[in-house]
Amino acid sequence: MSEIKTVVTPNSVILDGELNLECGKTLTDINLIYETYGKLNQDASNAILICHALSGNHHAAGYYQGEKRPGWWDSLIGPDKAIDTNKFYVVCPNNIGGCHGSLGPSSINKETGKHFGPDFPIITVKDWVRSQSRLSDYLGIKKWHAVIGGSLGGMQALEWSYLFPKKLKKAVIIAAASKLSAQNIAFNEVARQAILNDPNFLGGRYLDSGVNPKQGLKLARMVGHITYLSDEAMRSKFGRELKEDKLNFGFDAEFEIESYLRYQGDIFSENFDANTYLLMTKILDYFDPASEYEGNLAKALDAVVSQLLVISFTTDWRFSPERSREIVDALIEAKKDVSYLEINSPHGHDSFLFADEQYVRGLASFLEN
Amino acid sequence: MDTTEVIKNWINKKSEVLDLGCGNGEILKILRNDLDVTALGVEIDNHKINECIKSGINVIQQNIDEGLTNFGNKSFDVVIMSQTIQVLKDPKKALLEVTRIGNESIVTIPNFGFWMTRTNLLLSGKMPVTGTLPKKWYETDNIHLCTIKDFENLCEECSINIIEKRFFNDRGHESFLTNSVPNFFAALAMYKISK
Repeated sequence: MSEIKTVVTPNSVILDGELNLECGKTLTDINLIYETYGKLNQDASNAILICHALSGNHHAAGYYQGEKRPGWWDSLIGPDKAIDTNKFYVVCPNNIGGCHGSLGPSSINKETGKHFGPDFPIITVKDWVRSQSRLSDYLGIKKWHAVIGGSLGGMQALEWSYLFPKKLKKAVIIAAASKLSAQNIAFNEVARQAILNDPNFLGGRYLDSGVNPKQGLKLARMVGHITYLSDEAMRSKFGRELKEDKLNFGFDAEFEIESYLRYQGDIFSENFDANTYLLMTKILDYFDPASEYEGNLAKALDAVVSQLLVISFTTDWRFSPERSREIVDALIEAKKDVSYLEINSPHGHDSFLFADEQYVRGLASFLEN
Repeated sequence: MDTTEVIKNWINKKSEVLDLGCGNGEILKILRNDLDVTALGVEIDNHKINECIKSGINVIQQNIDEGLTNFGNKSFDVVIMSQTIQVLKDPKKALLEVTRIGNESIVTIPNFGFWMTRTNLLLSGKMPVTGTLPKKWYETDNIHLCTIKDFENLCEECSINIIEKRFFNDRGHESFLTNSVPNFFAALAMYKISK
């Protein structure tokens, strides 16, 4: 039996009022694009918010008319899936600063009539969560049944749990960390340097000049992509396979992994905005809820009242299980309702996108208990 | 009384309870429902963990053999370790950790000195297979079995106080015999300890 393809269309809203950002600047007329799946019940108690990661967007599940590829988390969101749209009303917005329809660096700045570009303020995870809270007000959702996210999305779910503790029942924090390590920041810095040094970057004003720092963005994505996969996954998928049967003694892509990375980088650089990428890496670098509490994460999480589920993956080295356990330990110390799953999965950081049986079962059980 | 009733008697209402090797969360569920305790389990088995999550029991997926340093000193009123110590690589270390984390701890062990185990070995000349120890030597998880005497000696060696102890037969009940000569008649021994 072939799967029925659910066709989805995005919605958008202009949020009321201003949003005072952590950096001190203010954004107005904030346009958010979002998608919803499933039906909101009468007392609006079955809503789940999905927070996307660095390169994600609002298209989390289902298919656009005529498209062959579904949304980025379609493996987990849908009828009878881990996040079951027969039971839940699922909402996924594209975050501020994104480049898929929400207000971001590639939007037009009304004051200048030009693209925001480098003038777009630096956003933080807290700013995102505040904007998502405005979206819940607009949608008439007083309390989310759950807020769920993987990677940078998991950081938003964590932020929700202490910033608006009474506005969610459950939070699921997947393949995330409570702050980036020096190694994480180092990888982000390489990505940023690749973009900033592209001759077409033009100080971030490339859109006004009709060019695209494609090479820089491609390189940034290639570096990032390596950190999403495990050594094991790369070995089993590509090994040392050659595109042709012989070595060519040159610098063209000879190994399969080389052409794979180049291909992924090319696709990405055509569909993503370089300023957004820079912004996203900064948002990651800045996230550190414990910093306001002298490094004490348990204190930072003191306000939490929701049930939390933290999930990590054994082969994830970008945000390893150890990083998730730091969150879990702090939650235990703060005497919060927390469960923790360490999933045996070969896919590295990307594991959170795959419907591993144990992962699906744990997530589904948590959402329904 | 059976084992569950004794555990319930030993734990105060609204206590904070950590169950190391909590299985499907059976005991924690009972304690939560009957004594309104704050319950947290530690388990390694995927299926059992899922049962806990389904029942709304907080559970941490963790291998006890890899350490329990993530739990603070005296961070729980009671730590339970029920028929788990014998599957661990380092029971002595585990016992010290359990008593470090809990103000009080409840440890249950299968007694290898139980008469059925003794006669089983004596008569058959093979590793005992009984109701409490149902698996064959090559498939059992029990790598550090001990007798009641052994366990009490270890407690003494570690300066761990035995506050209370109770003994049960292979049907999980206390009897005149289990109380008179526990190391011979008890299949299961339960200790309330502290350090």
